[in-house]
Amino acid sequence: MTTTETPDMLRRILDYSSRADPYPLYAELRRTPVARQEDGSYVVSTYRELTDLLHDPHLSSDVRNLSRPMPQGQGDATPAFINMDPPEHDRLRRMAMRHFGPPHTPGLVTGVEPALTSAVGSLIDDFAGKEQIDIVDDFAYPFPVSVICHLLGVPREDEPRFRVWVNDLINSIDYDPKTDPKEKLEKGVQARKDLRQYLGGLLEQRHDRPGDDLLSRMANDDGPDGRMADDDIVSTANLLLIAGHETTVNLITNGMLTLLRHPDVLQRLRDEPGLVVPLVEELLRYEPPVHIIPWRAAYSDITVADTVIPKGSQIMLMLASGSRDQNRFHDPDRFDPDRRDNQHLGFGSGIHLCFGGPLARREAQIALGELVRRLDRPRLVADPPPYRRSPVLRGPIHLHVEQAAG
Amino acid sequence: MTSADNLQAFKRDGRIVIVGASLAGLRAAEALRGEGFTGSLTMIGDELGEPYDRPPLSKQVLTGWVSAGDTTLPRRRDVNAEWLLGVPATGLDLATNIVRLADGREIPFDRVLISTGVRARPWFVESEAALDGVFVVRTREHAEGLQRALAAGPSRVLVIGAGFTGSEIASICRERDIPLTVAELAPAPLVGALGAMIGEVAADMQRAHGVDLRCGVKVTQLEGDAQGHFRRAHFDDGSTIDADVAVVALGGIRNTEWLRGSGLAAGVWGIACDTGCRALTLNGLITDDIFVAGDVARCPNPIYEYRLISLEHWANAVEQAEVAAHNMVSGQADRWPHLSIPLFWSIQFGVNIKSVGVPTFADEVAVTQGSVSDHRFVAAYGYRGRVTAAVSFNNAKWLDHYRNLIETAAPFPPPCPTPDQPADMKPVPVDFPGPTLLAQGATVVVTGHDPGERRVTAAQYHR
Repeated sequence: MTTTETPDMLRRILDYSSRADPYPLYAELRRTPVARQEDGSYVVSTYRELTDLLHDPHLSSDVRNLSRPMPQGQGDATPAFINMDPPEHDRLRRMAMRHFGPPHTPGLVTGVEPALTSAVGSLIDDFAGKEQIDIVDDFAYPFPVSVICHLLGVPREDEPRFRVWVNDLINSIDYDPKTDPKEKLEKGVQARKDLRQYLGGLLEQRHDRPGDDLLSRMANDDGPDGRMADDDIVSTANLLLIAGHETTVNLITNGMLTLLRHPDVLQRLRDEPGLVVPLVEELLRYEPPVHIIPWRAAYSDITVADTVIPKGSQIMLMLASGSRDQNRFHDPDRFDPDRRDNQHLGFGSGIHLCFGGPLARREAQIALGELVRRLDRPRLVADPPPYRRSPVLRGPIHLHVEQAAG
Repeated sequence: MTSADNLQAFKRDGRIVIVGASLAGLRAAEALRGEGFTGSLTMIGDELGEPYDRPPLSKQVLTGWVSAGDTTLPRRRDVNAEWLLGVPATGLDLATNIVRLADGREIPFDRVLISTGVRARPWFVESEAALDGVFVVRTREHAEGLQRALAAGPSRVLVIGAGFTGSEIASICRERDIPLTVAELAPAPLVGALGAMIGEVAADMQRAHGVDLRCGVKVTQLEGDAQGHFRRAHFDDGSTIDADVAVVALGGIRNTEWLRGSGLAAGVWGIACDTGCRALTLNGLITDDIFVAGDVARCPNPIYEYRLISLEHWANAVEQAEVAAHNMVSGQADRWPHLSIPLFWSIQFGVNIKSVGVPTFADEVAVTQGSVSDHRFVAAYGYRGRVTAAVSFNNAKWLDHYRNLIETAAPFPPPCPTPDQPADMKPVPVDFPGPTLLAQGATVVVTGHDPGERRVTAAQYHR
């Protein structure tokens, strides 16, 4: 029997006190690959079952297929393709992908590489003379934000405005009616509205003025699927802005933290810069920025590991647990940049496989490579560092590092 | 090699010969070194030059995007082998463990891997096949020649045969805006591989892209001009077309003739082996030291009732080579079976086509996801109520799910609805061309009376 009710285990994982190291709890959770919760939802934590589900056409990303309504209202906003099923998902993702990667825009990621390197370089230049640096505030946050603003065509000077919205929005995703004030949820709803309005305004300016940024391209391009509707462009831009914000920060910060905890690997990376490529893959497995897909819906009855998940059930996918599954990865709790066959779940899998994965990889590779090359004998100030609230998008809120003076 | 000591000695000092230096041969060589084989390794190939990749030859090379010379297969490790290239093998002696080469050399071995693959089936009239402008596409040189002919701007191209290779070439001609006629004996393109329903989709795609598609017809004659250049083709319905390039895409012939008289179960259908890639003799006995991999191998698949199946798939060549290499240097208890589910892809007319399983092992097919008219769908194949294969058009990310269904013998048609399911997913008969198209006649005859005397001998080869 794979299904048991283990609500305590999930509650312990979601509890903030577990944020610094949820991995032992994941290991316990994996003893029950498909765990039914008291509220009728299902938690899936093992690699095999997660990959099966991520490729299962009966798994829906559309909230309307949940038999129980979602706790927070999404408002009347048009959802982004991340929350849609085929064929609409496929159509919108395809239309957005035309401007973001191969085959139509094969040079996008390689094209921004010089800009990435120079952005990283100038942030590190600013470390000069400081004995203590916050890897998050001084580096890992501003870097991807400048990149996604540049790509989307969002003015960098507006960053303080949408930073507030994105923060409120992210906070509302973790909303727990038992502990959180309702105000938190309302703030999120308002932030969502404000952000959409802001992006809609930018889009207005782009119509019939084709530029190089994604907003302009989406606004003015007629591909085989026709022209994107404004609502869809706003949803897509919204998604890319938030995803470009929140995940890469954690990938870079988790990466630096992991390197500081593994000085031998840090030294190796200094000596062989090419190591950064498999190292970032291993990071995506070992300390991924996205730990959980908090909900998917069973469109039909789904059988996973002999457990029937009834139609309409909410399913929680514990991706970070799957990437540490000892039945899939040898010695999974070891950070090993030489690991082979590293088919981690860091970017998910299947049709919702992370859209920005190739960009995130390059950002992390360049950021970590340069940090390691230029920081002088960096030392972690506090281990573990303080963490952000979210168990879903998990990472340190600050990562203070000392470097040798001069 | 019965004892562990013998095996260790063989891995250290043994002699392995690989006949066939293409994808399967190269990957096997790499895998042998990866398994710790340090003995002598000899690679025999009839083509000059390093092993190269074939899928681009009917795709990127013909568009001119990639030059034929840039298709060399990447090396995963140094194989430290002796390469005997440009000389075909002409015989295999199981009694003395020797491979004979066309130049008279004899190469001794302790274990041999046969990966001699498939060559293009030529046009059936030699003088017509020799006309300037008549091509097949299997080797680098073929692709290079055809690419040049397409770049010269022919007035019309005739593609004979609308299987995967023919359809891919047709797609590239249209991409280059070259007027094109495709002639296919079956009622639609891809029918032999994917059945009548998918064939209809493929026919729509071709016609929508301006292909003059003629199905149910046979090309009877290729006519040349006084300079020996192809100019006109005649059909069995009495019609003709004028064209200056003809591409013969009628499938392949397995390179097994050199094994005639070897005593191996080798013939037009390939070389029979067990799931461990050990060759069978004509009598159906497993050999100890003769292994087979790639297009030329004909391997039983337990998922498909242990039928012997030969596949001309890239992934099959790689996986079989790795299993064969492992088994060549492993003891009986450590051998691996080759049990992977076949996987195949093609790109044509802007559509990514991918399949898992064996679609020909089916009696029904049903569209389970997407929309056929949009050329974005998944179709599942079933045999007597279980899923045996699936094919996707521009929807490949779902195929892992269908591989799961195949591996778990899931019921067909899949019972549960999905978000993107067409209104009508009723299974229809899969409708492959009758076996008469494929019948080859007898390949062996049995003689003898006593159990100790009963033997099989090869019947004469059929074309």
